[in-house]
Amino acid sequence: MIAEAGLAALWLAAALAGLQLVLAAIGLRLDATRPATGDGPGVGAAEIMAAVRPVAIVQGLLALLAMALLIALFVRSDMSVQLVVANSHSDKPLLYKFSGAWGNHEGSMLLWVTILGLAGTTIAIVERRLPRATLIATLGAQAAIALGFYAFLLFSSNPFARLSPAAPDGQGLNPLLQDPGLAFHPPTLYIGYVGISVAFSFAVGALITRDVGPAFARAMRPWVLGAWIFLTLGITAGSYWAYYELGWGGWWFWDPVENASLMPWLAATALLHSVSVLATRDGLRAWTVMLAVVAFSMSMVGTFLVRSGILTSVHAFAVDPTRGSFILALLLLYIGGALLLFGLRIGTVRQGSTFELISREGALVANNLLLSVILGIVLIGTLYPIVAAAFGVQLSVGPPFFDKAAGPVALLLVAVMAVGPLLRWRRDDGQAALERMMLPIAVAALAMAAVFIVTGGIAILPFLGLGLAAGLAAASVAPLWKRNLRRTPLFTWGMVIAHLGIAVSLAGMASDSAFTKETLVAARVGEPHRVGPYTVRLDGISPVIGANWSALQARLSVRRGDDGAWFVLRPQSRFFSSPPTTTSESAIATRLDGQLYTVLGAPDGEGRWQLRLWWKPFVTFIWLGGALIALGGALSLLGRVRRDRQAVLREAYR
Amino acid sequence: MKRSAVWLPLLGFALVFAVVAMALVRPADRTVRSAMIGKPLPTFSLAAMVPGKPGLGSAVFTQGQPRLLNVFASWCVPCIAEAPMLMRLKRMGVPIEAVAIRDTPAAVQAFLARNGDPYGRIGNDRESSVQLALGSSGVPETFVIDGKGRIVLQHVGDIRDGDVPEILAALEKAR
Repeated sequence: MIAEAGLAALWLAAALAGLQLVLAAIGLRLDATRPATGDGPGVGAAEIMAAVRPVAIVQGLLALLAMALLIALFVRSDMSVQLVVANSHSDKPLLYKFSGAWGNHEGSMLLWVTILGLAGTTIAIVERRLPRATLIATLGAQAAIALGFYAFLLFSSNPFARLSPAAPDGQGLNPLLQDPGLAFHPPTLYIGYVGISVAFSFAVGALITRDVGPAFARAMRPWVLGAWIFLTLGITAGSYWAYYELGWGGWWFWDPVENASLMPWLAATALLHSVSVLATRDGLRAWTVMLAVVAFSMSMVGTFLVRSGILTSVHAFAVDPTRGSFILALLLLYIGGALLLFGLRIGTVRQGSTFELISREGALVANNLLLSVILGIVLIGTLYPIVAAAFGVQLSVGPPFFDKAAGPVALLLVAVMAVGPLLRWRRDDGQAALERMMLPIAVAALAMAAVFIVTGGIAILPFLGLGLAAGLAAASVAPLWKRNLRRTPLFTWGMVIAHLGIAVSLAGMASDSAFTKETLVAARVGEPHRVGPYTVRLDGISPVIGANWSALQARLSVRRGDDGAWFVLRPQSRFFSSPPTTTSESAIATRLDGQLYTVLGAPDGEGRWQLRLWWKPFVTFIWLGGALIALGGALSLLGRVRRDRQAVLREAYR
Repeated sequence: MKRSAVWLPLLGFALVFAVVAMALVRPADRTVRSAMIGKPLPTFSLAAMVPGKPGLGSAVFTQGQPRLLNVFASWCVPCIAEAPMLMRLKRMGVPIEAVAIRDTPAAVQAFLARNGDPYGRIGNDRESSVQLALGSSGVPETFVIDGKGRIVLQHVGDIRDGDVPEILAALEKAR
């Protein structure tokens, strides 16, 4: 019964989404054709538009109910449901039964519409500042997006399909996904994607009502900020998951699916900055609307690339070409439609206020352009193999292209980022700005000199990276100088911490690529091997039994230098029986100045075992920086929401 | 903003859409092709795999007669599937040489006893080094080598009934 109830909830939610779209369309039409003499909307229009909010709320709650019922099916291991059989197993730990509900195509799409529905619910409940017509148009756009995904679920990937006769037990979840990281990584990214879809709906709503201005930007900003925080967290967590779970010792592989998550982040970062210009200075109107559309396109393209399997990827566990055509149709409908609307309407949007080249706005425009360039590079690099395949050439585009093409642009972006917050709005004096930059420039030069003296020269990109990271760190805290720290607004703190996070992350990336030491050995028991400052000795191999796996576990005795204390690391080679898969569980020792990363490989049949050992100085800074960026975003969001609330209250009491 | 510039994003999107739609309609060939096709066979010399049958060196392929070079292993299931086709080619008078990948003499002997032995020579490629030099990424793969030691055709996967004419044609052309 649970499965049928879930399906019914899904159908009802879809019907309500359709109703929400129709009501919004009729309401807006009546409103637009009202007699010019009246002040408020016509009576009929007001009543119809008043119905949109409750419908949006119930639609979100029904989607949530469907998701909850799917989770219940997984937790109860109901083997009469196809999806549970294909992706779960009664022996799995409870956490993975739970997360298994979205560790597959159908479940993850249901999670997507659930979050989308709840986002609609939230807008309907909390948003009070936008003009009503714009809000209703936004909810209408939101319903149109939801409707497409409901159709996708109901017609081509029903998560509640029964299996008759029921299976004795499930086929298990891909062991690589049996990791706490999976429980949180996809929902985090999805919240990010959906948050961007809300920004997109706002943009469409504003285009329909021709109401692109600061009020619209202020309503959109928390959603962009929220989406951006979750995308940042999702990418950071995904990167760390790939780092410790795949056992390859790298943290970013420029895999198509990784790129698919990076592209919306780049667009959202650009949007975040341009929406600030629109909200505070009423500039960049058309550009902001454009970016909202681009950001959502990127998250749709991302979903498409992951789901359709047209690109070969390590994420190949989520592949189905037939479903690709459905998402492609949605892509055409939404993005094509939005861009058509943009082309038709943007001419009627008045130009916002202007500014000089050397100004905070100028720096933000440079930031936007550079982010767009990086976005373009990543998009071209990701899609190029498809174009080449059309001409019969097989190739893959990997780190050498992306590092060389995007690296220098990213470093330039970091330089602009250091300068931007130190410039004034509207117009600034180049000479004065340069004086404000003297300290960060000196810090960067000192850092580069120090790196050069200590190492005797390293590759150019990591070298510049370390120098710029130091300069950016100094420049990003500069806005706090000579300020009363307790009276500094929360969103300024947010900016400072987020920019500092970029510096920290960049330092980690540069240090990892410049100073990593790698040792690959076939080790005999008792034999010591050196990697970086560490000595690693294989003490022995023993079997270990887990809940649904068995493993060979190496006992490694490790010490730092020649007189450090010995400690033990236990990397495993795990074997899962359903489905049969071997995974490497790396053992990592985290120190203040980096990580020692050990992986157990295969035996050679003569008593030796493959060991891969890495010493990665300051690699942890990469994810620490990611966390700081997200924290900065969260502080900013908190600060904005608080200030907006105060503004609303002030207006109410005026 | 210029009037026409507002349509540029739509144009860009149409371009991206065309690219991904094309990839969906016509999925790319995922077979890993060797970069060595049309180039001379790399020089190698492999020891004998089984007693009573010589090992394999690249010199054999420059004696003027086109030959097949079959990359196989006793532990590979599709290799069993293609064995009857190789026997048929042998009966047609096609000389077939082989490289056995990551294998042991006993296992290869058992494989040949069960599935037939179409091979003139079998080289023992313990570390897959010759396989990699050929640009082969798996087993079984079959290369057509002309009489001067040049690789003219690569067949990836087991040879099926329908593949035989293509291989024969390539052999004929290489003559």
